[in-house]
Amino acid sequence: MAEILEKKLKDQDFSDTGALLQVKRLHVWFELRRFGFGHAGYVRAVDDVSFELKAGQAIAVVGESGCGKTSLMKTILGLNTPIKGDIIFDGMKLSELDRKGMMEYRSKIGFVQQDPYGALPPFMSIRSILDEPLIINGVKDPKERNERIRQVMEEVRLSPVDDFIEKFPHMLSGGQQQRVVIARAMILEPKLIVADEPVSMLDASVRVEILKLLENLQKSHNLAVIYITHDLSTVRYFSERIFVMYAGKVAEKAVVDEILNNPLHPYTEALLTATSEPDAANARIYKEVPPGEPPSLVNPPTGCNYHPRCPKIIEGLCDLEDPPEFEPVPNHLTLCWLHKDA
Amino acid sequence: MEALKRSFGEIRKYPSAVIGVIMILVLIGLAIYTVATIPYSEAIRLWRGGEDIWYSTPRNAFPVWTNWFTDVKQPETIVMFSEDNPDVTKEYTTTSSGKTDIKMSYTFDYTADDFPQELSLFFKTEYVAKEPFASITWETPDGRTIRVGDLAVSRKQTYRISQDEALVRRLGGEKPEVGLFADPESPDPENPQVLKGTYKINVSVLLFEDTGDASAEYVVFGEVFGWAGTDHRRRDLMLPLMWGAPIALLFGLLASAGISVLTMIISAIGGWYGGVVDGIIQRITEVNLTLPFLSILIMIGTFYSRSIWTILGATIVLSIFGAAIKTYRAIFLQIRESTYIEAARAYGASDMRIIFRYLIPRIIPLLIPGLVLGVPAFVFLEASLAVLGLGDPVLPTWGKIINDAWVNAALYNGYYYWILEPAVLLMITGLAFAMLGYSLDRIFNPRLRGL
Ligand SMILES: Nc1ncnc2c1ncn2[C@@H]1O[C@H](COP(=O)(O)OP(=O)(O)OP(=O)(O)O)[C@@H](O)[C@H]1O
Ligand SMILES: [Mg+2]
Repeated sequence: MAEILEKKLKDQDFSDTGALLQVKRLHVWFELRRFGFGHAGYVRAVDDVSFELKAGQAIAVVGESGCGKTSLMKTILGLNTPIKGDIIFDGMKLSELDRKGMMEYRSKIGFVQQDPYGALPPFMSIRSILDEPLIINGVKDPKERNERIRQVMEEVRLSPVDDFIEKFPHMLSGGQQQRVVIARAMILEPKLIVADEPVSMLDASVRVEILKLLENLQKSHNLAVIYITHDLSTVRYFSERIFVMYAGKVAEKAVVDEILNNPLHPYTEALLTATSEPDAANARIYKEVPPGEPPSLVNPPTGCNYHPRCPKIIEGLCDLEDPPEFEPVPNHLTLCWLHKDA
Repeated sequence: MEALKRSFGEIRKYPSAVIGVIMILVLIGLAIYTVATIPYSEAIRLWRGGEDIWYSTPRNAFPVWTNWFTDVKQPETIVMFSEDNPDVTKEYTTTSSGKTDIKMSYTFDYTADDFPQELSLFFKTEYVAKEPFASITWETPDGRTIRVGDLAVSRKQTYRISQDEALVRRLGGEKPEVGLFADPESPDPENPQVLKGTYKINVSVLLFEDTGDASAEYVVFGEVFGWAGTDHRRRDLMLPLMWGAPIALLFGLLASAGISVLTMIISAIGGWYGGVVDGIIQRITEVNLTLPFLSILIMIGTFYSRSIWTILGATIVLSIFGAAIKTYRAIFLQIRESTYIEAARAYGASDMRIIFRYLIPRIIPLLIPGLVLGVPAFVFLEASLAVLGLGDPVLPTWGKIINDAWVNAALYNGYYYWILEPAVLLMITGLAFAMLGYSLDRIFNPRLRGL
């Protein structure tokens, strides 16, 4: 009886059914301390972010350096603790998980980091690296582990497997290393992959391969993917939707084509101009866009946090009041007063 | 681990490391050989058994190899037992009155250039009531026969020929060990020379009862003995020299390995958890670094126990919070921010797993040379404590030899071998581990740049 009641309560929690991941009014603030103690304010790395992700859906989070993309991802992975808000993933409420629950939660999210060499322990062979998540998550049978390791290596195209399995990270190329990182993220058969700038450290020649690999994996395993990048030119590979992040907030959310063809937020517009499509004309118009500095995350400006840089500022409104989320076009949301009449 | 193997493979390129390894292997071989051939109980018996065990060895005899470096060859020790010895004849004759006369003749060559230290006969007899009577005569190579002495012998009787006053008088005031071996035609009677050749000592024991038996061990105590010489209590130094090896290596290795590993684990725990845990570890380290290590050990040795295990335990406890904690901690603080640790947390690795599988393996290349270099330091520590008289009271160790030598003014008396031998072994040990350790440092340290 109590169980059913509890389940009902749980069901109520994620009212919009069908979502694999729900991020609700998430605030990730890092406390600043003076001389190691004494409160000196907060770094608002993630400030009131909400979104949902369905199984098999891929989104891209774009934004300039320091806007809180990594902080958001690490919070979803359970590596940072939010000070407000909640994350519900696959029916598990992150804030209420015990040790065992946390293990299960983490085993269902794969993590692909930016720097493949740093992400691999240099003293472990590829086999041990891929063995670790299995051992930790209680796969006791060595035969089964071996099979799963080989299978996942085939899947990320580290084949022939025997050529790689006993090697050490430093013996592999950057692209191969990133394949190992992806294999490690995949080996526990997660439902969600979080990829934090997975190709930005790689040679241009292998970027496309890695992105295509992620796309294939996403399709064949019906994976949800959160792909973080500061490079809009790579989002087309597999993401359906783009979130544009600015100073801890999601400034604009829409499907890829909408964002690229019809940007609503002035920051997105500026970002698009800065994008480096691999074509000569673009290279010439590349300049430091958007102009100006991102705001301080410790003392964010009042009102819209983009207003100090915004060319379309509405004086007396943008600089005073926080913009709510407007939906001028269906399924295209933005935090911008310009669209208040929509 | 592969990288470790590769680094160890590189040892071959460093001649000093190769020599160091060979020396260590020889020492380990010696240690194993010793423990295998002289079991612990036997070693303790030989080391602490008392006069019954040492009676037939000379006191403070130099090692035989000292003869190689002098023109005057010193005598070696001759031990002859009346039973089962081809150079001893033993005859029983029964007299008409029912007595038995046992005649024992010991034939031996004396070729040394100097006189022996002492001469003794150790009798063992069986009788019921009346003690048998022994008479001893001496035959020199040039055909003289000298009456040595007569005495009643009890069941266990030591006859110290050298201390027989009557014999001294008969030899014209000459000490028996000199008079019996002296050449009567020495050019300088004040400074007699040894008459080299084949000597014979005849011992005749008269038994007054119709049952009974007698045997005697004849010992010419030389001035040199064995490859190691003997100490002031007639103990063969070979025993503590050999047994010192396993003890020193065990103490050095256990102390060094124990301290290195524990220090590493403690600093990994501090580095990983940070905060209060780290703070406590740092404060303990700071306090511990100001404590006078040797004084505390001396106090423990003086007032509590000198057992090697106590000293080992105290050494480890006092050293684990050492300066290395600070070094390791700095490295751990750096490694804990690595993205591979973040990845490990993301797939659910526990704190303990991160410490032992992800943090510690990075520090092992740094640890190994330190561990190897630590071994001789602790070997020397144990020896130093022994020299100060705080060595294990039971065990035969190198430090104990030096301590005995020191207490008995070995250098003043010219017994240089007594200090030289353990000192050389200590130096070899130190050199071996230092040569390997410094090479390992050179091999492993370039790897550290990759941290
Ligand atoms: N553990 C932390 N403690 C304090 N401040 C932090 C911490 N982690 C991140 N920050 C701050 O939060 C802000 C957002 O950082 P974050 O790494 O999320 O940015 P990002 O969008 O991933 O940037 P990049 O594109 O450079 O990776 C930065 O100002 C950063 O300094
Ligand atoms: Mg980042």
